[in-house]
Amino acid sequence: MKPKFPIYGYLAEFHDGDELLAAAKRSRAAGFTVMEAYTPVPMEEVAHTLGYRTSLPWIVLAGGVLGACVGFGLQYWTSVIDYPMNIGGRPLNSWPAFIVVTFEMTILFAAASAVLGMLWLNGLPQPYHPVFNVPAFELASRNRFFLMILSRDPRFDMDATKAFMDGLGALSVKEVPH
Amino acid sequence: MSGPKSPHAEGGTPVIGPGHSLASVTDQISKIVLTRKTPMGWFIGLGVAMLGVGLLISAIGWLLWWGTGVWGLNQPVGWGFAIINFVWWIGIGHAGTLISAILLLLKQEWRTSINRFAEAMTLFAVMCAGVFPLLHVGRPWLAYWLLPYPNTMGMWPQFRSPLLWDVFAVSTYATVSALFWYVGLIPDLATLRDRAKSLVWKRIYGALALGWRGAARHWERYETAYGLLAGLATPLVVSVHTVVSFDFAVSVIPGWHATIMPPYFVAGAIFSGFAMVLTLAIPIRRIYGLEDFITMKHLDNMAKVILATGMIVCYGYAMEAFFAWYSGSPYERYMMANRMFGPYGWSYWALITCNLLVPQLLWSARVRSSVAALFAIAIVVNVGMWLERFVIVVTSLHRDYLPSSWGMYYPTVWDWALYLGTIGLFFFLLFLFIRFLPMISIFEMRTLVPATGEEPPKKGLHIASAGASSGASAGEARRP
Repeated sequence: MKPKFPIYGYLAEFHDGDELLAAAKRSRAAGFTVMEAYTPVPMEEVAHTLGYRTSLPWIVLAGGVLGACVGFGLQYWTSVIDYPMNIGGRPLNSWPAFIVVTFEMTILFAAASAVLGMLWLNGLPQPYHPVFNVPAFELASRNRFFLMILSRDPRFDMDATKAFMDGLGALSVKEVPH
Repeated sequence: MSGPKSPHAEGGTPVIGPGHSLASVTDQISKIVLTRKTPMGWFIGLGVAMLGVGLLISAIGWLLWWGTGVWGLNQPVGWGFAIINFVWWIGIGHAGTLISAILLLLKQEWRTSINRFAEAMTLFAVMCAGVFPLLHVGRPWLAYWLLPYPNTMGMWPQFRSPLLWDVFAVSTYATVSALFWYVGLIPDLATLRDRAKSLVWKRIYGALALGWRGAARHWERYETAYGLLAGLATPLVVSVHTVVSFDFAVSVIPGWHATIMPPYFVAGAIFSGFAMVLTLAIPIRRIYGLEDFITMKHLDNMAKVILATGMIVCYGYAMEAFFAWYSGSPYERYMMANRMFGPYGWSYWALITCNLLVPQLLWSARVRSSVAALFAIAIVVNVGMWLERFVIVVTSLHRDYLPSSWGMYYPTVWDWALYLGTIGLFFFLLFLFIRFLPMISIFEMRTLVPATGEEPPKKGLHIASAGASSGASAGEARRP
């Protein structure tokens, strides 16, 4: 499908985090919904202003539960079903001795799901993104704060949105090519 | 971690030198990797470390050619240097996880400037630790038998053995430490990608950064993932040294079969790990002029952690002696008497000097504010913790129940070569790390300064701040 607008969005550059936060709030109040902010430091309020909440903790919980089941299941199956050894009539399912490996597997699976889940939800690795086309954007990993309104936003308009963003008090507003 | 905070939140000495901004923090840390010419000392250090790696390769080669007979192992001492050094290295690694995970959960901001290289230290220490049990199995090419996999023998590993628990604990620990470290590096790799001048490095850092661009929703998930990883790593680090202590405690050897072992091992691990962090941090901050970031506050806090965990370890020594006497078991009592006054008595008293007496100097604020004294004490603690492992392994094994099976243990030159070799490997990896990756977490340091895009003054920033941070920046100011 051919994109509706010739650009990916408008990118406004801010001098500090509070200005960005204020601009994000104003944009949200103005009815924009498809936005993204770029900051050199994590800023929880900005993400919340833009309306993001993450489901990552549930993925990690699921990973941990799966790890516990795999860890205990492996030991139960090998010790009770596949290779039972009767030693003085002691129970085959000697679960206290299985706790350590079960625990380690829980941690391993949960940690792996935290990392892989974070990357997957973030769509990383992603070598190309239109925002990298703006030369000033390399300061996003140093000391500048950026707000982008994407052209996918239902309220987006080439001229009106530009005028709106010019009024946000940004250092500059740039077009982001596709 | 969540947004910029005041650098003076804790009151008293700041955790970052005055006058820093987002830009100056980013520039000063990234230029160590990107633009500054490699210091001559780095080449010399790497060269010496490479000699150690050469020694390691020779020691492993000799061992594989002749077998474990080249070591000083015998009956009754079947666990010599291999286990001593394994436990020592694993313990050193634990401070990295403690600093990065537990102090993060406790919101201790001062951890920010030391967590990255402490995590790297963890990773490298675990690698060095792994060498020993792998070789100690005797036929390392069959080490994969430790893993549960379907095989033609129809056998499974013994899941009721602490030695197998160790396999799972240490391999999980190595994996999670590596994940934690890499996740922490992603935003900094993006910073390096954006600031690298040469196209080759731009591409390398760019590939490693996975396309990180600091989007707000990415940060949100990133912070969640990082916090959860810290929460997972915290019980993990406690479990790892607990499981290592089970290797001893679950046996029936006098001096090993004690319930004090797990907490005493964990405290000892933190004790030795912090000593190693100090041993590394003190020269690094001086050589790279990072006194604004690793301030006296950090050194002071680490010294206090060493003192506190050292006291726990000493409580462990006292309890060991008390249990031996109170148990009424002649074997336990003999073990303790032999440990103190037997043929290896010198090692016990050296251990008490290094781990109990010398760290008491840290009660004094004057000692804690002397960089040279801290460095010396950290080295003494490193030695003391190695002696502790020596005492536990050797004095318990060499005289157990039957006097007819008593013996002595003397490490051979190949034991020492392998041990020194792993120290060489550790420093080799560390030198590569500080040259090619940011040794201080740039994005976390940015959270310590006000979130504005101020440009640093062109010149004189460090000279201006030198007076304020009690002359600590003088080393940096002298640089052109």
